[in-house]
This record gives sequence, C-alpha cells and structure tokens, in this order.
Amino acid sequence: MPKNKKIVLSSAKVRSNEDLDKLKEISEENIFSCYQCGNCSAGCPAAEFMDEPPHKIIRLLQLGLIKEAMYANSSWICAACIYCTVECPRGVDIAKVMEALRQIALRKGVNHVNIDKLSEKILEKLPQIALISNFRKFTL
Amino acid sequence: MKISYYPGCTVKTSAKNLENSALPLLGMFDIQTEELDDWYCCGVTFSQSADNLMYQLAPIRTLVKAKESGNKRLLTLCDMCYNTLKRSSLVVKNDPEKQQTIRDFMYLEKTEFKGDEIEIIHILSLLREIGAEEIKKRISRKVNNLKVAPYYGCMILRPREIAIDSAEDPRLMENILNTLGIETVDYPFRSDCCTSYQIVNEPEIVKAHTKKLVNSIKKRGGDIIVLSCPLCHFNIDEIQKQIAEEDESFETIPVLYFTQLLALLVGIDPNVNDFSLHYIDPRPVLERKGLL
Repeated sequence: MPKNKKIVLSSAKVRSNEDLDKLKEISEENIFSCYQCGNCSAGCPAAEFMDEPPHKIIRLLQLGLIKEAMYANSSWICAACIYCTVECPRGVDIAKVMEALRQIALRKGVNHVNIDKLSEKILEKLPQIALISNFRKFTL
Repeated sequence: MKISYYPGCTVKTSAKNLENSALPLLGMFDIQTEELDDWYCCGVTFSQSADNLMYQLAPIRTLVKAKESGNKRLLTLCDMCYNTLKRSSLVVKNDPEKQQTIRDFMYLEKTEFKGDEIEIIHILSLLREIGAEEIKKRISRKVNNLKVAPYYGCMILRPREIAIDSAEDPRLMENILNTLGIETVDYPFRSDCCTSYQIVNEPEIVKAHTKKLVNSIKKRGGDIIVLSCPLCHFNIDEIQKQIAEEDESFETIPVLYFTQLLALLVGIDPNVNDFSLHYIDPRPVLERKGLL
C-alpha cells in the first residue's frame, strides 16, 4: 500500500463485503482471531520481499480493506511453506488466507503467471515439480 | 516387508538419482517396494481452497490405487508428494461432508476411500524406523572428517498434523548420521522453506534464500548439504551455480539426497547417484572425504 494513501475505515466495509465473504468461504478461517503479535511475519522466509508482511495483510482484512490486501504483492510472494500457520498462537491458518487471496484474484480471470510467456530455456531447465506447483498456485 | 511405492513426477526425471539410491538402500533392509501400477501426479502443492475439491481428486485416486494394491503402507520419496497425499487423506478422513462430496463425484469408481486405510510414509520416517544401529552394521566406507548439513525444508515438517519430526528443531537426519559417526552442522535455517515454486517467476527470492543458507553452512564448516525433497534440491543446487557465476567470492556447497549419502556409506554402486544430474558437482568433496 502506498505510504501516504489515506484509508477510510468503516464498519460497513467489514459487514457487507462480497470479497471478504468469499475469502471466508475459501479459507474457512476466522481472521478476527488474530491479535497482531507478528509471529507469522517474524519467521516468514519471504516477508522481506512482500509489500506488506503477513500480519499486516491480516490487519487489512480485519478492517475490511480486502482491495488493499490484494493490491499488495504478498500473496504472490508467499511460498505456502506453512510456517505462519504453525507459529500462530491464535490458530489462524494464514497460509489458507493467502491462498484465498490468490484464488479470489485468479477467479476474476487474471493469471499471475502467463505460461505462454515463459521462455523455452526456463521450461526446459526447471523440473516438473517446480512448474506444476507454480502453475497450481498462480494460474487457474 | 512389502510396501507400495508412489514415485511422483520428478523422481522419474531430474531426481532419478533419489529413486536409484533409495530403493536399493531399502532392499538391503529387506524392504521390497512395489511401485503402484497406475499413478497420477499428486499436483505437487496441497490445495488449500475449501470450496473447490477438484484438486483433491488426483492424490485421492492415487491413494485408492494404493488401497487396491493390498499393502497397508505407501512410500513416498518426495516431500511435496508426501505432504499432498497425507493432507488430502486427512481432508477425507476428518471432514465427512467433503468425503461425501468427493465420493459422489467418484461414483463410477469401485473402491471407496475413507482416508485412514493407507499409511503414507516418507522415506526419512522409514529410515528412522529401520534404525540407525541397523544401518550402522552395513557401513562399509570409512569417512574422513565429513561435516554434513541436513536440510529439512518445510513439506515434511508442516503443518503439525503431518509432521514427521519437530517443526522447529528436527533431529531425524542428525540422529541417524551421528549414530553412524558422522558429524553434523547445526545452523539456523534447517527448517526454512527453500521458497519453492518462486523459482519460476521470482528466482531472486530463491537466490537470496540460498545465499543466506549456504553462507551460514560454510561459516560452520559444512562440506555437503543433505535433504530429501527434489524441489529443495533443484532450488539450492541450481541457483548456487548462478550465484557463483555472478559473484566469484561465493563458495558453493554440493547438495545430495540423504539416500545418496547413505547409499555411498553402505557401498551401493556409486553409479546410482548419477552426478550428471547435479549442478554443483559433489565428486571432488566426496573423493576428498573418502566416499568415492
């Protein structure tokens, strides 16, 4: 999220938000359990490359700011290693929330990785295990 | 003992040396692996979307094949396969509603799967079960002061319900190696993620992680990294070559499958290791340490 961007907080944003409902349906997680201790971000191996670390993504979602959470690159940097989930003292499966964010975006019809545009060199070099997992997370 | 075996995609191609070292090793301890007649790619990553069960079908169909094989246990060599198969079986076992939805979809398939008929076992768990003392009896090579850095990655340690060892301080490989008289290196990134599929479109993340990992091991005097996951292997091995090309001062470290090291120690034909599949050639270190 740009540093000086103003955000508007309102209970309405949390109460009636189609994408937020979808997020709950896909992840089956209660993001309101999170009390922002930051354990997830402390151990996330990819947090330094994220626009917003995992605990801040959860905070944005708690405030109903799902667009801002999706605007950040964080869910696309997440490697689904499940560290955050294991370390969360409140039992929030953050990895599932990240997956839900990816799914909501992918289901709007935009793939994060364009397979056609990957170079032949990359496709030849990388093992199936890398390609399949990447396409599973980043395309629909 | 007979055990069903699920190879998965990469074990049949760029990680062929994982299979070729692991299966003869198990054979030495009277474990006969029977590869499933018909298996599917597990999908590599477990699908975490609760509202779409389609992604669970491939791993479940493989588990159905395992059930039909008549063996109670299914061996996986790959960490990603282990994670996906195990978690999919737990979806079926722990969620009756999802089990029913999946069953309804697979109504033409005869064998029902309830989630608990097959024990999915990872190669490292099986080696722990065989026992370090038993493995020690078969050691035929004397090693010169080899320092090994075990790397666990994430898929065999997380989430908790499928973990084969402590997610924070795993000791499985250390315990075996130490019993065999081999020194291990204690370093902080043993159970960190290798950053996985980011290698496709964000290789810089993999690079940064690998640099941190390798430097930390080098600082502590490690000679080789051992692991069990073909994706971790590719990521940590291949990217080191790139880092070394960009930065002359970077010291590389060879990456071997845990089973390759054990196969060398117990005297299985070294050709099974097919070092041409490695980007950082392990042969100079292995020769120096008396393993080749």
